[in-house]
Amino acid sequence: MELLSNLGLGFSVAFTTTNLLYCFLGVLLGTLIGVLPGIGPIATIAMLLPVTFTLPPVSALIMLAGIYYGAQYGGSTTAILVNLPGESSSVVTALDGYQMARQGRAGVALATAGLGSFFAGCVATFLLAAAAPPLAEIAFKFGPAEYFSLMTLGLVLAVVLAHGSVIKAVAMILLGILLGFVGQDVNSGIPRFTFGIPEIQDKLEFVCVAMGMFGFAEIIRNLEKKGDRDVFTNEVHGLMPSKKDFKDAAPAVVRGTLLGSILGILPGGGAILASFSAYTLEKKLAKDPSTFGKGDIRGVAAPESANNAAAQTSFVPLLTLGIPPNPVMALMVGAMIIQGIQPGPLVMTSKPDLFWGLIVSMWIGNLMLIILNLPLIGIWVKLLKIPYRLLYPAILAFCCIGVYSVNNAAVDVYLTAFFGLVGYVLIKLDCEPAPLLLGLILGPMMEENLRRAMLLSRGDPMTFVERPLSAVLLGVAVVLLALVFAPAIKKKREEAFQEAD
Amino acid sequence: MIKIRNPKDFWAGLIFIAIGAGAAIIARDYPMGTIARMGAGYFPFVLGTLLALVGVIITLMALGADGEPVGAFALRPLFVILGAVVVFGVIVKTLGMVISLALLVIGTAFGGHEFKLKEVLILAVVMAAFCTLVFIKGLGLPFPVWPAFGQ
Repeated sequence: MELLSNLGLGFSVAFTTTNLLYCFLGVLLGTLIGVLPGIGPIATIAMLLPVTFTLPPVSALIMLAGIYYGAQYGGSTTAILVNLPGESSSVVTALDGYQMARQGRAGVALATAGLGSFFAGCVATFLLAAAAPPLAEIAFKFGPAEYFSLMTLGLVLAVVLAHGSVIKAVAMILLGILLGFVGQDVNSGIPRFTFGIPEIQDKLEFVCVAMGMFGFAEIIRNLEKKGDRDVFTNEVHGLMPSKKDFKDAAPAVVRGTLLGSILGILPGGGAILASFSAYTLEKKLAKDPSTFGKGDIRGVAAPESANNAAAQTSFVPLLTLGIPPNPVMALMVGAMIIQGIQPGPLVMTSKPDLFWGLIVSMWIGNLMLIILNLPLIGIWVKLLKIPYRLLYPAILAFCCIGVYSVNNAAVDVYLTAFFGLVGYVLIKLDCEPAPLLLGLILGPMMEENLRRAMLLSRGDPMTFVERPLSAVLLGVAVVLLALVFAPAIKKKREEAFQEAD
Repeated sequence: MIKIRNPKDFWAGLIFIAIGAGAAIIARDYPMGTIARMGAGYFPFVLGTLLALVGVIITLMALGADGEPVGAFALRPLFVILGAVVVFGVIVKTLGMVISLALLVIGTAFGGHEFKLKEVLILAVVMAAFCTLVFIKGLGLPFPVWPAFGQ
């Protein structure tokens, strides 16, 4: 079987001492930043991006990937013990996880999150290995029209599944795409929206926007509230879930894994979206939804499985289509380009060792993570005792070093501060920053593909509907958009998100 | 008399109108091209206009349905922290990692609610040492360690 021989190649790559070491380093760092609230995979990967230049390509990608899925494990620890999401994808885990901790079941909650994540990680790794080759085949049939339609679908999905107001999410996406125009127009070389700032003649550094809006703005928002948090540190014992816990959690884990895997593959998806959706689904399916929010084990099992599955399957569009479905994957594109690799369907055939080595490393990484996070939980708990007033200056320091070192430019630091201000104002006005980032990532690619498609069709916009693949993608997008604005669904959706809040 | 019933959306809408219209106006200075051969201004103009339109809808809807008022801005963290970050950007090349980072830590800590001098000073020293060791010595990032004139 081809898959087996491919996986064999992957094992031979991932099992070298160097790659095992970088995999371990990645998941260790991932757990660390996952546990610490306020610093996420975006900041960490951005900080390490310049460093990866000196590493071999496979090792660099293995380490960066480890940070992303490792953060999903670490994030749950903080959510459960402190009622504060260590990672934005663990927001919903805090709802029931923290309640379980208050009932003295912190150990069980942690074990459920860890084992659920591990199961999800294994399934997602396998899915990635199985789904990527056929998808890459399809990708070769994609022309500019299909790429444009696919990205439109991705943006629509981001709107449909965004938290809060639909129309404001649309506006944020448009704003993101507009920000993506900043810099030189690839076709004509004309600098656009640069306001005479030489450092953004090329393009607006994505890391500045991401770190400003997510990192800085979040920290400032956290500082609005006074007072410290309670940490349930002394009560972590009895890790093993009981038989009943297993029976309750297992189906939730399976559902969360499946949902997360699907949402990870779709452009616009990713770990955050997956955890929210999985929680909502569990609540919908439960016979007695009132137990949720009061320490229901399913409320921990499903979102934690989902976010880990999604973190891994979000590599599928990146590696097959060359489209980064979320901000973290956009940074992975950066890492690949630093190494001279153009992400896309060719990666699999031209660099099979990299492709399969990365996939297998994820499985190994998950194995390392379960050991790091369950038996060694005590170490992470100690970290949580550091008060926030000492934590956030340290996080800001890391962010500043990270932003500065991407281009070795002070302007990037100023820009990040500026976007911190913009992000904070937008948060105050209830505008979610996530759709903006997606627009920023996909915007330039959309324009490029739109122009190429129009050039090929000699200016006939019907090309998007006449090409079957493109028509299907656009059709799905239109239906989704129509549904979300339909009054009945709109109400349901609002209820669903209300529950998740 | 027009009444703003949803202040958050109202202001958000106005911001979107301003940015969208601004972008569309600036984009008109770039070559438009035709639909078959789009110039640099085509897509930005379309999207700027769209954003402004969406902004109008949001603003108008804010007049029709009730919503929460805009919460108080945490001005102290906002300006102290962002200010400290900007200062870091200005001085890091000339004063080096150790001094700039220590100042950054002290500055950002000052933006919080509690400021215990001794604790913050220790944190500043630890962070400066840690970052110098890890990022400059360990990872080889090209930051100067000390002020240029000190060497």
